[in-house]
Amino acid sequence: MRRTRIGRWWYKFSRNPLSVVGLIIVVGVVFCAVFAPWVAPYPEHAGPYVNYREANQPPSLAHPFGTDIFGRDVLSRVFFAFRSSLLMGVVVLSIVVPVGVTLGLLAGYFKESWVDILIMRITDIFLSVPPLILALAITSVLKPNLTNAMIAVSVMWWPWYTRLVYGMATSLRNEYFVQSAELIGASKFHILFREILPNCVSTILTKMTLDMGWVILIGAALSFVGLGEQPPKPALGTMVADGAKYLPEYWWISVFPGLAIMLIVLGFNLLGDGIGDLFSLEEA
Amino acid sequence: MQDVLLDVQNLVVHFRVYGGYLKVLDGVTLQVRRQERVGLVGETGCGKTTTMKTIMGILPKPPGVVRGGRILFKGRDVLSMRPQELEHLRRSGISMIFQDPTAALNPVFTVGEQLEDAIRYALGRRDHASVREVALSALQSVALPDPPRILESYPVQLSGGMRQRVCIALALAYPKELLIADEPGTSLDVTIQDQILRLIHRLAEERKMAVILISHSLGVIREWTERVYVMYAGTIVEEAKTGELFARPLHPYTGALMRCVPKLTGTGIAEGIPGRIPDYFDPPAGCRFHPRCPHCMDICRQRKPQLFPVDENHRVACFLFGRNSRG
Amino acid sequence: MDELLVVEGLRKFFATSRGIVRAVQDVSFAIRPGETFGLVGESGSGKSTVAYTVMGMYRPSGGRILFRGQDITMPHARRPLALKKELQIVFQDPGSSLNPRRSIREILELPLRVHRLVDGRRLRERVEELLNIVELPPDYAEKYPRALGGGEKQMVAIARALATEPSLLVLDEPTSALDVSIQAKIINTLVRIQKERHLGYLFITHDLSLMRNIAHRVAIMYLGRIMELAPAQVFFERPLHPYTQMLLSSIPVISEEEERLKPAKIVSTGEIPSPVNLPPGCVFHPRCREAWEVCRREEPGMREVEVGHLVRCHLYGA
Repeated sequence: MRRTRIGRWWYKFSRNPLSVVGLIIVVGVVFCAVFAPWVAPYPEHAGPYVNYREANQPPSLAHPFGTDIFGRDVLSRVFFAFRSSLLMGVVVLSIVVPVGVTLGLLAGYFKESWVDILIMRITDIFLSVPPLILALAITSVLKPNLTNAMIAVSVMWWPWYTRLVYGMATSLRNEYFVQSAELIGASKFHILFREILPNCVSTILTKMTLDMGWVILIGAALSFVGLGEQPPKPALGTMVADGAKYLPEYWWISVFPGLAIMLIVLGFNLLGDGIGDLFSLEEA
Repeated sequence: MQDVLLDVQNLVVHFRVYGGYLKVLDGVTLQVRRQERVGLVGETGCGKTTTMKTIMGILPKPPGVVRGGRILFKGRDVLSMRPQELEHLRRSGISMIFQDPTAALNPVFTVGEQLEDAIRYALGRRDHASVREVALSALQSVALPDPPRILESYPVQLSGGMRQRVCIALALAYPKELLIADEPGTSLDVTIQDQILRLIHRLAEERKMAVILISHSLGVIREWTERVYVMYAGTIVEEAKTGELFARPLHPYTGALMRCVPKLTGTGIAEGIPGRIPDYFDPPAGCRFHPRCPHCMDICRQRKPQLFPVDENHRVACFLFGRNSRG
Repeated sequence: MDELLVVEGLRKFFATSRGIVRAVQDVSFAIRPGETFGLVGESGSGKSTVAYTVMGMYRPSGGRILFRGQDITMPHARRPLALKKELQIVFQDPGSSLNPRRSIREILELPLRVHRLVDGRRLRERVEELLNIVELPPDYAEKYPRALGGGEKQMVAIARALATEPSLLVLDEPTSALDVSIQAKIINTLVRIQKERHLGYLFITHDLSLMRNIAHRVAIMYLGRIMELAPAQVFFERPLHPYTQMLLSSIPVISEEEERLKPAKIVSTGEIPSPVNLPPGCVFHPRCREAWEVCRREEPGMREVEVGHLVRCHLYGA
């Protein structure tokens, strides 16, 4: 058997079968979201579509997840809702990670200087406010829509990355390779972004994967209380909230979107664990 | 042989990795007689610790796989023992102390709690007072000052040397017939290491215990053992009475290793051994030392040499010293 | 003044939660070009602190460090780039001295780029030259540290230190994490490089046998002080300080010939006291079998008992 780098990665990753399950879920969800117009049985149901004759149908072959009170196919709406959920995760993380990581690097490398004190005290303040409440406060001040929901979640999320990277940077800066670079006379920029940062990447990636799930969950919570994507566009939280009024008779309207949220969070968590294994130092 | 305590025959241990196995131990054979102090010397990654973990029944499986060989302790096969029997073996037969005394002690419990636990485990249920008494005498036997205070201490409050002594007390709280000491005191200073080795020596004599001393340091082995096994890349390459080995090293590896040791005579250091320890995934055929050996012959590339007695106190696994390939 | 490095009355204290650690106290020595100055001692003796202070990794609490007569008693952040070029260090742990996420080429190019030593087109060539100096094949440039053995990593660390063509190399236990067969190769390479380039080495180790084979002059440290300083041959043939004698007599050796060179066996007793709570008088007196009343009371000073042979002990005082 030839040993390749990709093969080695797969060997480490797949030693835990749950990681593979996570990967399959995530790939599946992403696929359904990206190709929703083609995969969804009734793509037009994602918009302002009404057909009362088909309303409140229980799950059937034609409508595997049933239909809602407007007669829209729940499965199709779930697929389209994946889009806003994933978009939320991707946008939030691409704002939060560069900001949080940079601040964490600076604070960790200049430990015990005013830079550290300033950054970390601000971080502490943000971390001490319950995240959902902060996000609710921000979105209720701004107009409730997907963009503002993303801004709100971003504001509360960056300190976690600052904390994470701060911890790593404070220990990495004492490593001999960092000391060597300093003694050679390398610039601070080089030391922060070329020596320290590359050693944090694996942990950051693992956390990002886990966080995709959590950000989507928070996004769903916000849309559940009406502070996310606005109707008629589908959002998982809104769907659960709307359907909840018709429980338990028309249970499928809220249960299937709820299960979809669970599936996404579970998928990203399992995948995150697998990515953690991939980067673990243990030799294979 | 009546007085053989531990008899390891042709032990083969592999480790499962991506795409195959690391063939780490390739037929390790060694014996320890009662009350004998045996040295096992070899460089990092030669399989010393794997050998000892297999003997103790603490080889992690997976990834470890025992592919062949026998380990007899007092005539009983360790490899086929059930978990309770293995536990009994570790409780009253063999003990092991490790190189890093800090990692061997739990930082959140006091020395007393850990020591008393070990004693209770070894002796079965006993009343508190008598367990404490055994604990105190165990600390006394390793020459720790003020045992009652040490019992109350947490590991972090002790120096490296004291921690190593506590580990020895833990290992020997109940009488044992064999002590495996894996690089004791290597992480400590020479003067402290010297004290630890002297302590092990004294305890072994007092308790009529056999010792396997594992070390990468030829000097330590020369000073504290009676017989030596030299290990290279998962095989025993030479075995001799200690004095004999240092006076007349036969295997090219042993000789080269001795020349690399810096001497107090200040006569300079030899050039080292070319190449590096083989890749266990795909080890060289024949003698595992052949790619680095200046005396390599054709046969060395094809056949694995067996330990061959040069005289009654000296055996060597090398084709330079006889045609031992039939063995 | 042909000294490369002069250290005068160096002191370094650390404030800790348990009190002030007097890591280095009144350390003075000098290193000439082309010379290996050995600093031996057990853990906690302060030998690495001396090295790190010389490198500017710590700010000294007192004393002076002169490089070619120029005062460099400041942290490295305030030292000019041209000075950093002259002083380089090789650390003990080859595992952590190379960034695992950077290729050997990137690691070796860093000093060349920072100091603008060669122009872009010659970088590649120069990296190969550096690898050649430490006897590694050119294709190692594309490897990552994890693919290298411990000895090879240390060779790369040496090549990196040599990249700026320094005149003084601090070697902080460069081989103590390695096997003797690998140590032998590294030591021989270091000796050859020193001869070729007339480098000064500050060589730190706890291994006296190794010191015997590499150092021109040796100083032994105990609890932050130099206890004895002498040319290597004198140091090993006529050790004067009881601590030197005790240490020498407890090292394990591998031949009868060496056994005869060791002082009569002095059974080592006691442990190194905590540097927070130093014993009064001579810091070694609790472990010293020669100690008498004055040793408990008064700290001995450094005395030159013969040319170039200094001892800190009341036994050799007026």
